[in-house]
Amino acid sequence: MLRKNKEIESTLNKLQSTQAQLIQSEKMASLGELTAGIAHEIQNPLNFINNFAEVNAELIDELNESIEKNDLSEVKSISGNIKDNESKIIFHGKRADAIVKGMLQHSRSSNGQKEPTDINALADEYLRLAYHGLRAKDKTFNATLKTEYDPAIGLINIVPQDIGRVILNLITNAFYAVSTPKSPKGDLTYTPTVSIKTNLIKSPSGDLGAKRSIGDSGIEKIEISVSDNGPGIPKSVLDKIFQPFFTTKPTGQGTGLGLSLSYDIVKAHGGELRVETKEGDGTEFIISLPA
Amino acid sequence: MNILVVDDERDVQILFEQRFRKEIKNNEIEFAFAFSGEEALQYLNDNNHGAVLILSDINMPGMSGLELLRHIKEKYNAPPPLVMMITAYGDAENYNTAMRLGADDFLTKPVEFNVLKEKLKAIQ
Ligand SMILES: Nc1ncnc2c1ncn2[C@@H]1O[C@H](COP(=O)(O)OP(=O)(O)O)[C@@H](O)[C@H]1O
Ligand SMILES: [Mg+2]
Repeated sequence: MLRKNKEIESTLNKLQSTQAQLIQSEKMASLGELTAGIAHEIQNPLNFINNFAEVNAELIDELNESIEKNDLSEVKSISGNIKDNESKIIFHGKRADAIVKGMLQHSRSSNGQKEPTDINALADEYLRLAYHGLRAKDKTFNATLKTEYDPAIGLINIVPQDIGRVILNLITNAFYAVSTPKSPKGDLTYTPTVSIKTNLIKSPSGDLGAKRSIGDSGIEKIEISVSDNGPGIPKSVLDKIFQPFFTTKPTGQGTGLGLSLSYDIVKAHGGELRVETKEGDGTEFIISLPA
Repeated sequence: MNILVVDDERDVQILFEQRFRKEIKNNEIEFAFAFSGEEALQYLNDNNHGAVLILSDINMPGMSGLELLRHIKEKYNAPPPLVMMITAYGDAENYNTAMRLGADDFLTKPVEFNVLKEKLKAIQ
């Protein structure tokens, strides 16, 4: 009996460590998607930094010439330009910095700490990274991105790396859905479109239904919606999509872990992840979180 | 020469104004800026196709640079302005599409301003 218990315990341990490895490898896979996007995103601020620095070097030469000529008004105008460029250099330096920090945050295992987070900025960052990541891998990929960020949201207490991963998973799935060969309706006017929306939802009477998943004291929740105009999800598939390892994608293209991990993360935040889909029309995933 | 620069990165305006400050001061080049393909078309409509040359980014949200190019080359044929496409992805696909749609030149980011200035001189 004791030996049996020991055996079971050791098997359980092995399973747990395998699971942790799988989760880590899913994380690294999505990091892989991101690196190309990150490289592209950093390129823009770096170009600005290099360019404005070069312009400033030229301007300083001109400044010295104007000093020689005692042309005070020209000196003032040039030094004003130098100062403006300097602030651009600082701005784009910080922008590159934030991108690298975001990347590190994503690969680091989350410390599980909740912190007040700007949901709109988080969503936008992952949208851009995912888009450029895919574009860099598949040059023919193109999609219209629509964003609608509710400015009233403010800061929400979440584990940013975790919710970031959920958003990334949903966006990656949406891009895949709109890029499947041949548009869903086969018409030539089809424009692959992925939209991300955020919403602060106020409930005047605290009337969010009996099984509401937000904290009891909360009368507000936020929603992050990721939608696409892809093929939609057939009924036969719909009740399986949140199961671990369920995938309809060819080997190597899907792990089937994205939605199940996303579901767990949102649950751990006291929120809800739901899906609305219509075959031939598209799919919308909605994350709702207590505000 | 009238140049319309189209890019969704707003600081491109300040950068061009600084990089070409001498040319602007000497009235050799006049710049206009649009921050999306849609804005660019609006500008061209409002200003009776005022631009001689259009420098457009390809990868923009909404109307892409390639779509803009197609609109311009289809609509304004008397004669259409020159269009130079700029992209961060120097791939064959974009290049071929741009050329097929009638682009007059193709540059990759980061833009080498010396090279660009040479090209502009050749046009003038
Ligand atoms: N936006 C979507 N449109 C259509 N089907 C989707 C969408 N998102 C998810 N799915 C379906 O759910 C399955 C599981 O998704 P996920 O857990 O992220 O794993 P994976 O993306 O690795 O397949 C996908 O294989 C696909 O069949
Ligand atoms: Mg997935």
